[in-house]
Amino acid sequence: MTILHWATLSPFLFALLIPMLYKYIKRIHTGWFVLIVPLVLFIYFLSFLPVTSSGGSVNQTLNWVPSLGINFNLYVDGLSLLFALLITGIGTLVVLYSIYYLSKGTEKLNNFYVYLMMFMGAMLGIVLSDNIIVIYVFWEVTSIASSLLISYWFYRKKSIDGAVKSMLITVFGGLSMLGGFSLLYVISGTFSIRELIANADMIAESSLFLPAMLLVLLGAFTKSAQFPFHIWLPDAMEAPTPVSAYLHSATMVKAGIYLVARLTPVFGGSAEWFWIISIAGTVTLFWGSISAVRQKDLKSLLAFSTISQLGLIMTLLGLGSAAFYYSDGMEDSLYTTAVLAAVFHLVNHATFKGSLFMTAGIVDHETGTRDIRKLGGLMTIMPITATVSLVGLASMAGLPPFNGFLSKELFLQATVNVVSFDFFNLETWGVLFPVFAFVASVLTFLYCIIMFAKAFTGKFKPENYDAHVHEAPWGMLISPVILGSLVIIFGLFPNILSSSIIEPAMAAIMPHTQGFDVKISHWHGWSSPALWMTIGVIVFGLGLYMLMNKWSQTSFYLKERDPLNQVYDNWYDGLVKGSQTVTRIQMTGLLRDYIAYMAIFIVMLLGYSMIRYDAFAIDTAHVSEVTPYMWLLVLAFTAATIAVPFINNRLTAVIVISVIGFLLSLFFVQFRAPDLALTQLLVETVTIILFMLVFQRLPKLKKEKSRPRFKLVNLIVSIGVGGIFTMIALSSFAFGSDVNYDSIAEYFIENSKELAGGYNMVNVILVDFRGLDTMLEILVLAIAALGVYTLIKLRLKGSEDV
Amino acid sequence: MEILISVMIGVLFTVSTYLLLSRSLLRVVFGTLLLSHGAHLLIITMAGLQRGVSPLLSLDADAYTDPLVQAMVLTAIVIAFGVTSFILVLSYRIYKVHQTDDLEELRGSADE
Repeated sequence: MTILHWATLSPFLFALLIPMLYKYIKRIHTGWFVLIVPLVLFIYFLSFLPVTSSGGSVNQTLNWVPSLGINFNLYVDGLSLLFALLITGIGTLVVLYSIYYLSKGTEKLNNFYVYLMMFMGAMLGIVLSDNIIVIYVFWEVTSIASSLLISYWFYRKKSIDGAVKSMLITVFGGLSMLGGFSLLYVISGTFSIRELIANADMIAESSLFLPAMLLVLLGAFTKSAQFPFHIWLPDAMEAPTPVSAYLHSATMVKAGIYLVARLTPVFGGSAEWFWIISIAGTVTLFWGSISAVRQKDLKSLLAFSTISQLGLIMTLLGLGSAAFYYSDGMEDSLYTTAVLAAVFHLVNHATFKGSLFMTAGIVDHETGTRDIRKLGGLMTIMPITATVSLVGLASMAGLPPFNGFLSKELFLQATVNVVSFDFFNLETWGVLFPVFAFVASVLTFLYCIIMFAKAFTGKFKPENYDAHVHEAPWGMLISPVILGSLVIIFGLFPNILSSSIIEPAMAAIMPHTQGFDVKISHWHGWSSPALWMTIGVIVFGLGLYMLMNKWSQTSFYLKERDPLNQVYDNWYDGLVKGSQTVTRIQMTGLLRDYIAYMAIFIVMLLGYSMIRYDAFAIDTAHVSEVTPYMWLLVLAFTAATIAVPFINNRLTAVIVISVIGFLLSLFFVQFRAPDLALTQLLVETVTIILFMLVFQRLPKLKKEKSRPRFKLVNLIVSIGVGGIFTMIALSSFAFGSDVNYDSIAEYFIENSKELAGGYNMVNVILVDFRGLDTMLEILVLAIAALGVYTLIKLRLKGSEDV
Repeated sequence: MEILISVMIGVLFTVSTYLLLSRSLLRVVFGTLLLSHGAHLLIITMAGLQRGVSPLLSLDADAYTDPLVQAMVLTAIVIAFGVTSFILVLSYRIYKVHQTDDLEELRGSADE
């Protein structure tokens, strides 16, 4: 365990303390203690910056299951450091914000912070692990933590539904991803990402390349809310707003992006990787932006805009993978702009979307509503909140001088670059990328105006609110103001990021390319197509907003629910109904049915195995001879046994049962087993006494009044069981005599006297060689005796309808 | 003889399964009793019958019957006795509480 390992696991360890802190230190908000963890981790991870920005990396190994190649190896390079800083940095601000958002008197803070720390640790584990199995484990932990946080207010039905939805979709994706990882292991024989990248050529030639890629992408797409799996994200907005800001916009939903970026060196360069990711990203970008326009709830609007922005980053990673196809080892901005834009926008999105979620949370917290039809005119009452929102929205819309403008221009430039590519059929279809990018940008611009105009401008109507509306307390404003300032700082001085963060991250995504020299500039000259696209976006966006009165009455705007939810709802209802039906058929409440299921299953399983492995055999060579006395015994025994089901008198039945038992002890005598005979005799006698004791109180035996069809099924099942056991007895005897090995019984025959000093081998085995077994057997008998005693003596008072 | 006993085991299993599937609780108890008889015979028969004298060293013979199998079956007989007596008392208790031993009537209500 190195310091890096401890750092990664520290949120989990700290989570153990949280319940105690919550319980015993009531006076101080638990969040203040929690705040220390992400803050210290953030500073700790900052110390890695000099290493990664000079092109280096840190690799710490810790063996976990070395025999299976599963090791908890941590690897810090530009990409993982970028994410680690995001997780801890935004984490610090979110915890600070939550201290004021969740009041300490009424909320279950212990649960909240335990889940949050669990998430933070798991997320750090994902981005720092080098081993894909370890990544998978942490990946599922984030899904669980996310669901727990969505259902934090679990008494609301919508919270539970949202949690179930996100759980089902992300865990489904996670399992697919595990399948993909297993295929990668089958191809390459390693779980290490480093070694996978080193073996990329071998993986690319494998016939399992495409299945592995598709399965891994399924995991990434479900996590990062890509179309059509995005439907869980809007419902996840039932979580407290700090969670939405942290998990559902800044970090967890970017885990899919991380995975795609991380595995780009493995899969990148193939046409499938390029097209699947680019198309999924573009459709998500478009679908998210057009759905966001329809939303009336601030958080839903932000959720769809997050989906859209995630699609944007995904598209860029898809387009950027073309660099692998073309790669000549040196940076060529025609191909690498896309990856640059992806990394840069990742940072920018975290800053502006984080601040926007926090201001939306403030509006919700102070006014009691998030409905833009009720809100309005908040600018005068909440000036700071309004300013931060304006900065965030302008950045998201792509306006200068904010950071969103820079990355949006790079994005537009990257889509324009694609048109000039001459591979992957891009000559024909490449032109669609700038078109979709442009349309989605117009819609993005439109919903940004709608959000600001509806919430903050216009006339303030006090009658719309239950609460007295005022500006949020300063503590709540710190985090959004810091993020808002970062939006401006990164917007004005983007190059403070370029060599420290962006270049190392790009180098990690494209390890075979050298000589990154990132210079982000605000002005590319009049001939830049991105500039004209930005101007076009503003013009069209404003135009659409002017016409809003026209289209806001159409059903497009009035219905806000994503139509894809219909598919999920039907599937979910079907799942629940289906499982109910299965349960009803199976759980009849009748002992007879349960035993019949078991019997049929046993017969089928054993019968199948016998046929499958040709395991039936009869051995006539080694059988011992049958004496006339034996014939007599067998006949009597069989007759008595067959008679039992036909007896309708309890006394007769008990007598016949004990006749069978005593005959059995005669068999044991014939089998040269005197101890067994003695025991059987004794047990049978006691059993008979027991039967006689309860005899008076036992019910009378009646003739079975089952339907004939029932009886027939019972008979068939019984004969099946009998037949299969006869076959097993015959076969195991035959195979037992067939194989020539020394029976372990020889050991007991030789050693009974020497080691245990006894002549009766059976007794010696029971009390000496297997003495402990016998002791436990006595324990079982004692438990049974206790049970018997209790059942007779126990008198439950009152309700006996158990 | 092993073949003959194997067929007899089949009969035991058939009858006990049939009893287990019946409606009367008492018959189910009989079924478990016979089922354990069947299982004991099965274990003994698998090892081969009468392969020597009884496993007593004082007999001083060349071959003994497998003692390990007998030790296992002896354990099984005792455990089966525990189970049978427990089920017997359990069914007695059920009968006392519910005044019926018909499993059809004892099944829980549909909306449970």
